[in-house]
Amino acid sequence: MNNSLAPAIEVNGLRKSYGDHTVLDGIDLRVDPGTVFALLGPNGAGKTTTVQILTTLISSDAGQVRVGGHELSREPDAIRAGIGVTGQFAAVDNLLTGEENLRLMADLLHLPHRDGRRRAAELLERFDLVRAGKKPASAYSGGMRRRLDIAMGLVGSPRIIFLDEPTTGLDPRSRRGMWQIVRDLVGGGVTVFLTTQYLEEADQLAGSIALLDRGGIVAEGTPEQLKRMVPGGHITLRFNDIEPLEAAARLLGEQSRDTDEFTLQVASDGGVKSLRVLLDRLEEASIEVEELSIHTPDLDDVFLSLTGQPQKA
Amino acid sequence: MSTSKYALRDTRTMLRRNLKRILRYPSMTLIVVAIPVVFLLLFVYVFGGTVGDGIGGVGGRAEYVNYVTPGILLFGVVGAATSTAVTVAMDMTEGIVARFRTMSIFRPAILTSHVVASVVQQVVSSALVLGVALLIGFDPNANFGQWMGAIGVFLLFVLAVTWFGVGIGLASKSVESASNAPMPLMLLPFLGSGFVPTDKMPAWLGWFADNQPFTPVIETMRGLLMGTHVGGDAIAAIAWCVGISVACFVWARRRINREPGH
Repeated sequence: MNNSLAPAIEVNGLRKSYGDHTVLDGIDLRVDPGTVFALLGPNGAGKTTTVQILTTLISSDAGQVRVGGHELSREPDAIRAGIGVTGQFAAVDNLLTGEENLRLMADLLHLPHRDGRRRAAELLERFDLVRAGKKPASAYSGGMRRRLDIAMGLVGSPRIIFLDEPTTGLDPRSRRGMWQIVRDLVGGGVTVFLTTQYLEEADQLAGSIALLDRGGIVAEGTPEQLKRMVPGGHITLRFNDIEPLEAAARLLGEQSRDTDEFTLQVASDGGVKSLRVLLDRLEEASIEVEELSIHTPDLDDVFLSLTGQPQKA
Repeated sequence: MSTSKYALRDTRTMLRRNLKRILRYPSMTLIVVAIPVVFLLLFVYVFGGTVGDGIGGVGGRAEYVNYVTPGILLFGVVGAATSTAVTVAMDMTEGIVARFRTMSIFRPAILTSHVVASVVQQVVSSALVLGVALLIGFDPNANFGQWMGAIGVFLLFVLAVTWFGVGIGLASKSVESASNAPMPLMLLPFLGSGFVPTDKMPAWLGWFADNQPFTPVIETMRGLLMGTHVGGDAIAAIAWCVGISVACFVWARRRINREPGH
């Protein structure tokens, strides 16, 4: 959609190893501005390492990285000035209160004193931390901590935000709250680079997903594109009576049918071509189809078939 | 480096953070004050009467409190090394420093603020220890200049030990090991002239005691506070303090610039 614009994040041939252990084996990524990009993968796939490199925390062994239009190797400080980082490896100061944590960020971003105080108050309000604002972060629940963590990354109103496993360890309600936060951010035009091991999360939030496994990108695309890469989908045909249902079942061979609902399930990859062939056959046999729906496999199927291991979430 | 224009501002911000953390974690300061006070009382009241007679002068407890106070003050500074190492290690392991590293800030502020905060903490706690010493009979006869000299040498020493603590804190894998690593330093005032003169130690130990950094610092402070001869000890003391500070500063800078491990 935004292909005419320069990408917010662009990665080519990124490599990183620790000794003999290759963590990233030459990955390429492209994130369009104003979108959510999810880097999905199991534990140990290299997600955090990728974020650590993109956020200037550690260096890469090879590859080109541009974040917000700045070359990582040449202008790390320009990148730092334009990003917000939240997640596993970044943290809050446990001995400071929520408000003090936010003001600390404001001071380190060199905001004028008054603006910093106002920004801290705004963020406490926005992330439902007003009452907790005067308590030390060590007294916060998991969900509150994560909200404070994200709020700290937003003090400088960055245009690109990195969220490293923002919902790992959160209860379902806090997780949904976090998803809403991400949606609101993107609604405000921010680019979000998210890592997650939850397929549902990537499916819910991301416009584009890259599947990372053992240091390599094994699949990439929109959630729908990814789901279509795996066989195992089916088409459900609904008829208005039992006769066309049985006629169709005879025509297409033994299929699973539901005679109460007048529906018939036909195995399909969900592609346009096979769909057309199916409809042509039904039309030639003069079988009237009331309704048709395509069920593509969900991301769990993608994960299993592409990485060769069941995902754990 | 483009962030150097923020050097002062970022150092001030970080210093405020570190001082707040010290206040919120009072048990650390309490230990830094309590251990030397307990040792002071122990040595003056339990050993002082006997040991003081072997030191010369009027002898006894009154003589010993004057002798041992500089040693106790330096003994207390070892606590500063522990406290610094622990706070630095906490910062490194909790991940807040990772966040700082992804921000466009003046990076040396992360360490220098720790050092300044620790020196402040140590000065306050040493003043408390000194107060107890004065209460139980410590009776220095230094003039204003000598006081300033003693305080100056003491601050230099605190600085050296604090940079050492920063290095230990950065090199430690956990907060626990950061807290244990400086422990052996506690022995140095004993294996020097902190509690008894070195001339009655066995020759090999005496040699070690005379040539380790605590002894010249203690002798310099003792000389300045009690109005006795200082001599070459002052130069040795300053050389040790500056040398340790610089070496540990270089060490700490190398460690913080190193990438976090996997």
